[in-house]
Amino acid sequence: MAHRFESVEAVRKSLGEVEYLADDGIAGIAYLADRLDKPVLIEGPAGTGKTQLAKSVAEMLGARLIRLQCYEGLDESKALYEWNYKKQLLRIQTEKTDDVDWDNIQDDIFSNEFLLTRPLLEAISADDPVVLLIDEVDRVEVETEALLLEILSDYQVSIPELGTLEAKQIPLVFLTSNNTRELSEALKRRCLFLHLDYPEMEREKEIVLTKVPDITENLADQVARIVRSIRQLELKKAPSVSETIDWARTLILLGIDQITEQDAVETANVLLKYRSDIEKVVKEFSTNSSAHFEAVGS
Amino acid sequence: MTDTTGVATDPGADSPLFNLIEGFVVELRTAGLPVSLVENIDAAQAVRHIPIEDRAAFKYALAATLVKNNAHWKTFETLFEVYFSLRGNEYALDPDGDDPFGEGDFEDGENPDGPPGQGGEGGGEGLSPEELAELLYQALMKGDQALMRALAKQAVKRYAGMEPGRPVGGTYYLYRTLRNLDLDGMLERLMDQSREDAGDDMSSLDERLQKDEYEHRLEELRKEIEAEIRRRLVADRGAEAMAKTLRKPLPEDVDFMHASRDEMANLRRAIYPLTRKLAVRLARKRRHGRKGPLDFRNTVRHSLSYGGVPAEPKFRYPRPSKPEIIVIADISGSVAAFARFTLHLVYAISSQFSKVRAFVFIDGLDEVTRFFEGVDDIAEAVHRVNTEADVVWVDGHSDYGHAFEVFWENFGKEVGPKSTVLVLGDARNNYHASQAWIMKEIQHRARKLFWLNPEPKAYWNTGDSIVGEYGAHCDGVFEVRNLRQLEGFVDNLV
Repeated sequence: MAHRFESVEAVRKSLGEVEYLADDGIAGIAYLADRLDKPVLIEGPAGTGKTQLAKSVAEMLGARLIRLQCYEGLDESKALYEWNYKKQLLRIQTEKTDDVDWDNIQDDIFSNEFLLTRPLLEAISADDPVVLLIDEVDRVEVETEALLLEILSDYQVSIPELGTLEAKQIPLVFLTSNNTRELSEALKRRCLFLHLDYPEMEREKEIVLTKVPDITENLADQVARIVRSIRQLELKKAPSVSETIDWARTLILLGIDQITEQDAVETANVLLKYRSDIEKVVKEFSTNSSAHFEAVGS
Repeated sequence: MTDTTGVATDPGADSPLFNLIEGFVVELRTAGLPVSLVENIDAAQAVRHIPIEDRAAFKYALAATLVKNNAHWKTFETLFEVYFSLRGNEYALDPDGDDPFGEGDFEDGENPDGPPGQGGEGGGEGLSPEELAELLYQALMKGDQALMRALAKQAVKRYAGMEPGRPVGGTYYLYRTLRNLDLDGMLERLMDQSREDAGDDMSSLDERLQKDEYEHRLEELRKEIEAEIRRRLVADRGAEAMAKTLRKPLPEDVDFMHASRDEMANLRRAIYPLTRKLAVRLARKRRHGRKGPLDFRNTVRHSLSYGGVPAEPKFRYPRPSKPEIIVIADISGSVAAFARFTLHLVYAISSQFSKVRAFVFIDGLDEVTRFFEGVDDIAEAVHRVNTEADVVWVDGHSDYGHAFEVFWENFGKEVGPKSTVLVLGDARNNYHASQAWIMKEIQHRARKLFWLNPEPKAYWNTGDSIVGEYGAHCDGVFEVRNLRQLEGFVDNLV
């Protein structure tokens, strides 16, 4: 099968064209996923662009994005396929008058026509290029994970009445996890693993520059620096990339082009979502002149 | 790709690269990372698509296939640096390009330089320590990475005093180098400079940001120095021997009692996601664990749609009673860290309990439940426990007997059939009276009584440890030396 990507560098460049700034690790893994035909498991704190990566890859390839949102209680009939039993009933009733024997009907009602495809099956049976996104896979129970294993390792779905449906073309698969629980070994083993953390300051600045059109270089720099400093504190929930972008937009709307301490304190509620976090940051940023140099890092 | 025979039939299967990966995987496994056969094969497949010369990509390719848990990343990275340190061009010991001093390579260093700081014959001639410091200062000021790297090399060469075959670890050399560089002083100087540049209108926010920036650069410098030391050690001893000395336990296996400061910081970072996971898991277990008793009314109501036949039995929601937890923790020096983590964990999942009460003691005993009430930030509360609780009675040496006496006198009545009592401590009683009868009384009254001991089992009942005497009256005595064991215990508790 023809590969989708030329080289790691090419992946990075085309991702950049759809406004996703990838670093070495991200581009490298997208490239490997294509070459090795393996799904990618993306893990990391909320709001670091896990879902966005899948969307951007789809956009970059011009492929259709099929999304399976996971939740507690997700089952086969929502994830894989379901028989359209109402239609099956109708079929049986209309046949009643004729002289058709049961075997025929049975063959008939368990055919593709009566199959309702759900995201996973749809990704497998698609003719056009698709990217499959299995979002927040850590939300399903451990037992339900098993549903995914067959499709992830062999790109096929077994339906007892129909046999095994194999993929017409191997889709790129992304799974995301917020790490609320440990995923099973079996699932992890089948995937390439990518941990998406908060970006380096330079990269975050670039992201802000791309996503917030009217921002000045100077302000973006300041935003990225402040966010980096905030993330170093021990917070309940550190600001995510999306919150950084929101904050930058807020500042633009307020017409601020040089952040003062007061601006930062007043708009901190865009960045931080816990009262205790906001208090901590405000305290930290206004009293630091008295407590200068504690021992560096170490 | 599930074609597991791909590697075996590949002509390159015997190639040096394949052997290299093989050896690396063995190292990872020895370090405690679970690498399965399939992942090993994947890694071998992956590196066929990524040129080893592109070091960053190569590293990520290996990480993506071999490391499936972010907590293991650090271990992987260190091992990777060691194992592949001399493989790959730009990381060879003496790159031609970015070395402004034209220093000789490591072979020179084998004739040990004179005392550090004399500028010896090893290179960087004509550069006095002051000039070196000045250059470093400039590099940090501008954030000039290439210069910083070169200076890190120079500093290691000059100050670390590395001698081939000397059996000391990298931390010793690191310490020597850093002591000579005086990075704290450097930071102060940098800050003074930028304050001067900005004049009076430097707000405390700017100052703060500037300081963070410099700290970041200093951290990078430190990493460079560490990497350089590692490279030299590997050149001296070989990668395999070096990897052996670097084997550090994973965060979840770090011993509470002997954790270094860095490891402590890692533990603190690890505990938050851990509690979150635990809380989610426990909540799910509650909901799904078992069904409640038959709900007769609901069953009858549903039977109407089956023509009166109770075809679909309905059950009540399970409402298992939540236990009440009483924690009694020794917070004397040796076991303080352990008590801290356990308190943190118990309070983080306190929604799983109907009530949590905490007592801490050394030789006196104090209730600390008040510190946790209505507080968002558990870490802060734990910190207050350590600083504000009134736990010293006579001399500040653990006295379990007296502490239990005080507990029994004042709070004994509050232990009831719903309470689960956890005692945390190493039971090193400094040869005071044990008062083990109190344990017996508590066990009598409480639902369960558990003792968690952070010492390895082998040390129990040696010296002044009398855990056996107390343990005889407990429903269970557990060795809890690391996060993994702590998590396991709490999981079973609920």
